[in-house]
Amino acid sequence: MNPLKLAQARPGPAFTVTFDGRELVALPGRTVAATLWASGVTSWRTTRGEGRPRGVFCGIGVCYDCLVTVNGRPNQRACVVPVHPGDAIRTQQGTGHDD
Amino acid sequence: MTDASRPETSPRLAVIGAGPAGLAATLAAARHGLRVTLVDAAPEAGGQFYRQPAAGLGARRPQALHHRWRDWERLRDGLDRHITAGLVVHLRDHHVWCVTRRRSGFTVHALLGPEQERPAEVRADAVLLATGGYEKVLPFPGWTLPGVVTAGGAQAMLKGGLVLPGRTAVVAGTGPLLLPVATGLAAAGAQVAALVDSADPRAFVRRSPALAAQPAKLAEGARHAARLLRHGVPTLVHHTVVEAHGDQRLEAATVAALDTAGRVRPDTRRRIGCDTLAVGHGMLPHTDLAEGLGCRIDGVAVHVDDEQRTDVPGVWAAGEATGVGGAVLALAEGHIAGRSAAARLSGREPDPRGWAGADRARAGLRRFAAAMDDAYAPPAHWAEQVTDDTVVCRCEEVTGGAVRRAVTELGAGDVRTVKLLTRAGMGWCQGRMCGTAVAGLAGCPETAARRPFARPVPLGVLARAGSADDEQ
Repeated sequence: MNPLKLAQARPGPAFTVTFDGRELVALPGRTVAATLWASGVTSWRTTRGEGRPRGVFCGIGVCYDCLVTVNGRPNQRACVVPVHPGDAIRTQQGTGHDD
Repeated sequence: MTDASRPETSPRLAVIGAGPAGLAATLAAARHGLRVTLVDAAPEAGGQFYRQPAAGLGARRPQALHHRWRDWERLRDGLDRHITAGLVVHLRDHHVWCVTRRRSGFTVHALLGPEQERPAEVRADAVLLATGGYEKVLPFPGWTLPGVVTAGGAQAMLKGGLVLPGRTAVVAGTGPLLLPVATGLAAAGAQVAALVDSADPRAFVRRSPALAAQPAKLAEGARHAARLLRHGVPTLVHHTVVEAHGDQRLEAATVAALDTAGRVRPDTRRRIGCDTLAVGHGMLPHTDLAEGLGCRIDGVAVHVDDEQRTDVPGVWAAGEATGVGGAVLALAEGHIAGRSAAARLSGREPDPRGWAGADRARAGLRRFAAAMDDAYAPPAHWAEQVTDDTVVCRCEEVTGGAVRRAVTELGAGDVRTVKLLTRAGMGWCQGRMCGTAVAGLAGCPETAARRPFARPVPLGVLARAGSADDEQ
């Protein structure tokens, strides 16, 4: 069983995005976080102080732990922002403004 | 109902939040003569409880991930009817950051999502806050590792994105949310290695009268328990997570039994391999908008009267924002709030006999929620598990040791002083994730946080807000 099968999903056509330059397959409607989870990626930010990895925590846009850089724009909440064809998603280092 | 035929002249109510409380309020208010602007942050109505799969995923059986689906169909169809009739406007992707009073009425200030850079303003004669809640998580060593998520977060990602965080999950903490999260993850194909709840089963026996008075809720719990059995999920009651292990991501969790005083029994520690730890210790109300309006807050929830009115004229509140009690209670409160607003904005004294059924449901469900809240308690001595190097404030990376030093060495006597000394609660989430833990470690009571805005706002938007009219 998987979630798509459980909900009898018939997603629209898949497309590709990149994560740190690597191509990933994405389904329409999913958030950046859901896209990354579906590819087995669970962290996409390192903290400002200790450089520790972070990913989704609250999953509903409250905690800001899942911040990520999308198409050059840092500090996007991966659990809120929908993914679009061709998106360049990058691991955010610290504040994301030093890249 | 007289105003429904001439909606352009009838009063306008802004309902903030399209979860169960906000939808029930919208339907009741629209049916009884108001024009309603329903303002919500999500792309689809439903809130967290009825969070819908993204449209692009083409889910033909979304109810497989939901409970009380018939209630949702009733709310959804009612909303559609009122929108078609021109009585309700549903503003999606509107992230409300502040509500201000004007000389007559209110302005709802929102940012348009998902980018949240462009502003939008909504004018209304009155507002109804149905802002819901978010999950409380108490810290433990390793809780910042990727793979550790809130129980509600795992569920939200599953419902909305049809995706799992990993293959093997431990669901832990305390509260009625853990059961549906565990069964949901298992049904969607995750192996749930354990459901770990710190509640002591004897606590439920002691509160059995209040619980037995809600047979529908008990039956719901029994159905979840049966599903757990079917999926072969082992349940560990009166246990807690002691530590999450891993370097770059979660690899295992150590759990242990609690003694009668609520302390970890070291001899019972055991390690469970997992790539997902879904954890939660109950819910907290979203009260920022109410606080900004100057509404009275009792403890951590918005104070309301029997009609769901706050103490600020023209402001109603319903659902988890007024005290956490679940979706069915939120429906009753939302209905009452909508009815009250409809009557009062039309210049009528409301007749509570018109909502007697909702009133009875509200009373019983509030007693049930209070009993559940007592029974589902985090371990009494959870703070002992927070080592000095455990990160407590996730945003600012403030450790348990730093919070303790602020109290013992620097003399902080309240959460605000701890914050000023350590930066705990000063980051992106504004203390929503660490507030309970910081208060607990510092030995202070937990209070509402007094945030001027409900979310980060671009300076340009802030500078322009309200400049054009008669804000008070």
